[in-house]
Amino acid sequence: MTTEAIETPVATKPRPPSRAREVIHRHSGVVRLTHWINVLVVSLLLMSGLQIFNAHPMLYWGSYGANFDHAWLAALARSTPTGLHGGLRIGGVVLDTNGVIGVSPGPGGQTLVRGFPTWATLPSWQDLATGRRWHFFLAWILVLNGLVYLLAGALNGHFRRDLAPTRRELSPRSLLASVVDHIRLRHPTGEAAKRYNILQKLAYVGVVFVLLPGMVVTGLAMSPGVDAFAPWLTTVLGGRASARSIHFICANLIVLFVIVHVVEVFLAGVVNEVGSMITGRYVLPREHGQ
Amino acid sequence: MSRLILSRRRLMSAGTVGLAGLMLEGCDRLSHAPRFQNAIGRTEDLTKASQRLLLTGQPLAKEFSATQISPVFKPNGSVMPDSDAYQELMANNFADWRLVVEGLVRRPVQLSLDQLKAMPARTQITRHDCVEGWSAVGQWTGVQLARVLNLVSPLPQARYVVFRCADDLANTGDASGLYYESIDFFDALHPQTILAYELNGKPLPVANGAPLRLRVERQLGYKQAKYVMRIQLVDRLDQLGRGKGGFWEDRGYAWYAGI
Repeated sequence: MTTEAIETPVATKPRPPSRAREVIHRHSGVVRLTHWINVLVVSLLLMSGLQIFNAHPMLYWGSYGANFDHAWLAALARSTPTGLHGGLRIGGVVLDTNGVIGVSPGPGGQTLVRGFPTWATLPSWQDLATGRRWHFFLAWILVLNGLVYLLAGALNGHFRRDLAPTRRELSPRSLLASVVDHIRLRHPTGEAAKRYNILQKLAYVGVVFVLLPGMVVTGLAMSPGVDAFAPWLTTVLGGRASARSIHFICANLIVLFVIVHVVEVFLAGVVNEVGSMITGRYVLPREHGQ
Repeated sequence: MSRLILSRRRLMSAGTVGLAGLMLEGCDRLSHAPRFQNAIGRTEDLTKASQRLLLTGQPLAKEFSATQISPVFKPNGSVMPDSDAYQELMANNFADWRLVVEGLVRRPVQLSLDQLKAMPARTQITRHDCVEGWSAVGQWTGVQLARVLNLVSPLPQARYVVFRCADDLANTGDASGLYYESIDFFDALHPQTILAYELNGKPLPVANGAPLRLRVERQLGYKQAKYVMRIQLVDRLDQLGRGKGGFWEDRGYAWYAGI
């Protein structure tokens, strides 16, 4: 990362150096571009994915799974004296998700029996064919965008320099210290803010190298065409029904990551953080006590 | 300054929410726009081309062992064609049923169920993958489509094999709602592409497509036409139905259902 000190424009006399805003070049053009493409593409993949999920809102383990088989997860619409009531069964536990999962209001306020609600799916109405068309179109973009990002990051040293955790960072002591920092909402300042902290590195590595490729691989493992070419892939994942379950779980973990990511962006300073992902320039937070 | 940041912050949150709302509205509009949908649907060609490249060596779809068969093979779509013609055939245990094979062929034929059963049979335990996301494993026995095509000698200009079915899935009451499907010769000549008359060692149940259904194992469930009455060899698909090559294709689904 190149460092450039930008003096705050002052009319009369120079300020002491501690008051200077230090601006670093944080994100490369490739990272910025692929990041924002991903924001759009992953959001729409999620929503079109929920549309596809809604066509059969149940998940199974193994090679097969259909209505007569045991589902480990199922959206429910149960009849009650007051009408249909939505729920989500996970294993043996039934969660009350009425209004969101299982049963939710339609655009005219009518009651819809639906896995995920209209506001969460693409398109908003039930239309598997259109949802699939969106999903596979977006999946191609995700793959191409991901390849550009991975190739650039591997070639220009970004992964090695900025994402790879060091041995010292991975020590229990340093991990614990970072966890405590996060819990206390303390964000690194000065020199330390030039690098990603260890939990941040692990989260990015997890998403970039495990979850997103995992989405592509588990998605392909559900394809009967790919299965004929590489049956070992589906077998390794535990079968097609399992691949679908893992696909869904990975998608949820990505949502969880995005929530934490966005919360952290707000905590660390939304203008500076979002700005750095747009322009590349990041104003280093001042040392504590200044 | 902190006030300014706070208001900027609020502005950004409000902006994000507003932007998301606009995005959803926009995507719904794009979902209704035929030209946009056609454009993004072109990636289906890319998917087909990539998969066909991977499948050049014509590998077999995974076959399972008898212990891995689903306890119940879920019937989907039509489970009981209600036309008088079909009901009469069913009442007579399909003894009067004939499979008509015609179109761009040298020798059109009509085959009875017994004639099909007298041909060399193939049994395979495969997984049926529904477009909705569920799967079921079943054991199918039938005659390879390639053998039937051999009988009729397709003309060189024949490109697709079309399956005309007895079920009126759209419930229109006329021929426009009858199920049909089509595959090309890449899949038609594949060893696992069979016309199945048995499921799990028993005559094919009506709910699963009696007396004869297609198995084209490297594609999704909607390609596996049930209640096959007539096989037609054609050089183009745009003159059948609404022109997309199948019942569900005419209703927005991809013709190539390998994913």
